[in-house]
Amino acid sequence: MVNKLKRLIVSPSPHDENFLSTTRIMLKVIIALLPAWCMGVWFFGLRVISLTSVCIGSCILFEYVCRLLMDRKNTIGDLSAVVTGMLLAMNMPVTLPYWMAVIGSFIAIVIVKQLFGGLGQNFANPAITARIVLMISFPASMTHWIKPLEFDYDAVSSATPLVLGKSGGDVPSYVDMFLGKTGGCLGETCALALLIGGLYLAVTKIISLAAPFSFIGSLFVLSWIGGDDPVYQILAGGVFLGAFFMATDYATTPITAKGKVIFGLGCGILTFVIRHFGAYPEGVSFSILLMNVLTPYIEEISRSKVFGAKEAAKNEG
Amino acid sequence: MKKLKGIRLKHRKNTENSVTTELPLPAEVTIPMSMTMGKFCQPLVKVGDEVRVGQKIGDCPEMFSAPVHSGVSGKVKLLKDYIAANGAVCKAVVIETDGLQTVSEEVKKPVVSDRESFLNAVRESGACGLGGAGFPTHMKLSTKSPIDTLIVNAAECEPYITADYREMMEFPDDIIGGINMIKTQLGIKNAKLAIEANKPEAINNFIKMAENDDTIDIVTLPSVYPQGAEKIIIYNSTGRVVREGEFPSDKGVIVINVSTVAFLYRYMQNGMPLVKRRITVDGNAVGEPKNVSAIIGTPFREVLEFCKTDMDALIKLIGGGPMMGMSIPDIDMPVVKTSNALLAVKSYDIRKPSNCIRCGRCVRVCSLGLIPADIDRAYRIRNIEELKKLNVSLCMNCGSCTFVCPANRKLAETNQLAKALIRGK
Repeated sequence: MVNKLKRLIVSPSPHDENFLSTTRIMLKVIIALLPAWCMGVWFFGLRVISLTSVCIGSCILFEYVCRLLMDRKNTIGDLSAVVTGMLLAMNMPVTLPYWMAVIGSFIAIVIVKQLFGGLGQNFANPAITARIVLMISFPASMTHWIKPLEFDYDAVSSATPLVLGKSGGDVPSYVDMFLGKTGGCLGETCALALLIGGLYLAVTKIISLAAPFSFIGSLFVLSWIGGDDPVYQILAGGVFLGAFFMATDYATTPITAKGKVIFGLGCGILTFVIRHFGAYPEGVSFSILLMNVLTPYIEEISRSKVFGAKEAAKNEG
Repeated sequence: MKKLKGIRLKHRKNTENSVTTELPLPAEVTIPMSMTMGKFCQPLVKVGDEVRVGQKIGDCPEMFSAPVHSGVSGKVKLLKDYIAANGAVCKAVVIETDGLQTVSEEVKKPVVSDRESFLNAVRESGACGLGGAGFPTHMKLSTKSPIDTLIVNAAECEPYITADYREMMEFPDDIIGGINMIKTQLGIKNAKLAIEANKPEAINNFIKMAENDDTIDIVTLPSVYPQGAEKIIIYNSTGRVVREGEFPSDKGVIVINVSTVAFLYRYMQNGMPLVKRRITVDGNAVGEPKNVSAIIGTPFREVLEFCKTDMDALIKLIGGGPMMGMSIPDIDMPVVKTSNALLAVKSYDIRKPSNCIRCGRCVRVCSLGLIPADIDRAYRIRNIEELKKLNVSLCMNCGSCTFVCPANRKLAETNQLAKALIRGK
């Protein structure tokens, strides 16, 4: 018998291959964002495309430079920077100056994401944080809304449904709001498209609907009890974008199903409180950011019971 | 009853209809002195000794071990050191076969008169769990706790493997006979034969066979990996929870593999010890995937050649299933008592681990409700307190978390390292 030396690979189990990768997940999120983004182009014109390109481009650039300076493995291939850039753009009014968008990307990628260790290590949602920083730094530019389908970027600021609601102006119809024919950030107005994207992610098992449902549900119920128009409240502002794409962000929300429900409820409650009692017309970003900060504590209390773990002084089940 | 989580794997039971074929007699066999859990055996033969089929060639005075027998007749050529796939070092007996397969006079129907002689006979048979873990069977059966249910594990939940399934299709009478024998000898009232739902033919067959016997219950397990894990199968067939630090016998059950039951039944009829076993040969480098009956000690190389394996393309060998099996470092290692499958593959996932994105897939699939992502994080900073709080010691290394991880993190491996860290190794 010829004793041919055969070099074999030795590795720990499991040995079966699984083809789902981080990149593929990110790609699916991008696909899910596309309907709402396309509606943004339809309603707010071609500047949406250039603004989004600036956001995505600067996000990728910041990620690349950051990893280079930190002497870490280059991670732009995982597409997470593209997702951040896209979400960031969708959280901006279409008229926002490009240099402000670049500042937003810097905050999202460098400060929120990379300084904390990169993908999966950040405690706050990059796009939400960037939106809040921009909103506080440049309140006028960040609330310069234009009327949909008129493409007049220099026009005097129109108002979002929530502002109209607060000041008692003429509010748009439910249908217009559901389809997105209102003023607002370029990616947040079309509830229908966001719903389609969110359901796509849920069907492909990228996200769980626990957080979006409890978010939208609790906001609906609370608004009802509080005497606001509940349908109006959930369709207006960034509720759908926040619920389906921000409150389901992996790194910054709880990992267990129970934790996700608590997270969603918290977002709903905070959004209601800010909108109903606060000075800001919109509260989605703040509520998600606040819940992001609470996430480690929610995880602590929402850990599931481990099967077969010792139970101290309890009856056997 | 709370449903346990799990993972739906592709079954890939390509060999389920492959009738077991006898492997040609090898020119030489290498029989390790340790193939089961427990103490290693010492060789009972010297170089130059003549041995016959069924002759005991290794034993150990300790109870927690199983004797080793020769499956061939021939001459002892060499006693050598042997490194098992799990790293254990023991002696191995190399026997040159003479092709005659003369049966030893030691092989005779064992005399069983009471519980003790039965357990003794089980030990002498060399039996161990044939499902892969290799726990000496007599140790399992000799529990002092009162047992009311015998669970026969026929889940065979890992992809590819059909060795137990073929046992069920080819020797169903031995299985039923074995169940009744163990029940009678040990005074156990009920037996449950637990089969995963992806084997409907076997389930229907056994339901028919056990129709008039209400002490044997055929349980259909959901087709969700891992059903064959001891604690899971106990819970899914009786609803009982075996907690950390407890044995199944503390809950009144014994779990035993289906092929082991059939083997014991045959041993009690003809006295031929465990010298042969069925092994599923599959994987994308194998030309003719099939079930073969191999003499223990046969080099894997001959098994692979018999199944027309593409030896040049082969880059990885797995002993056992793809989820829990062990990498085999050397193609000339022998078939052992616990080899239920041999997978020869020509592809290997070369992706490097990347950052955890906390997607929670590992949490969603863990049957035990562990949080592998948090264990991974705690292990990286060697936080023993946190690891204990996360109950990592319960992990049974089923591999589901690593399998689903999109960042390709070796979570199951980390769990094992974390367990060792807690034990202080």
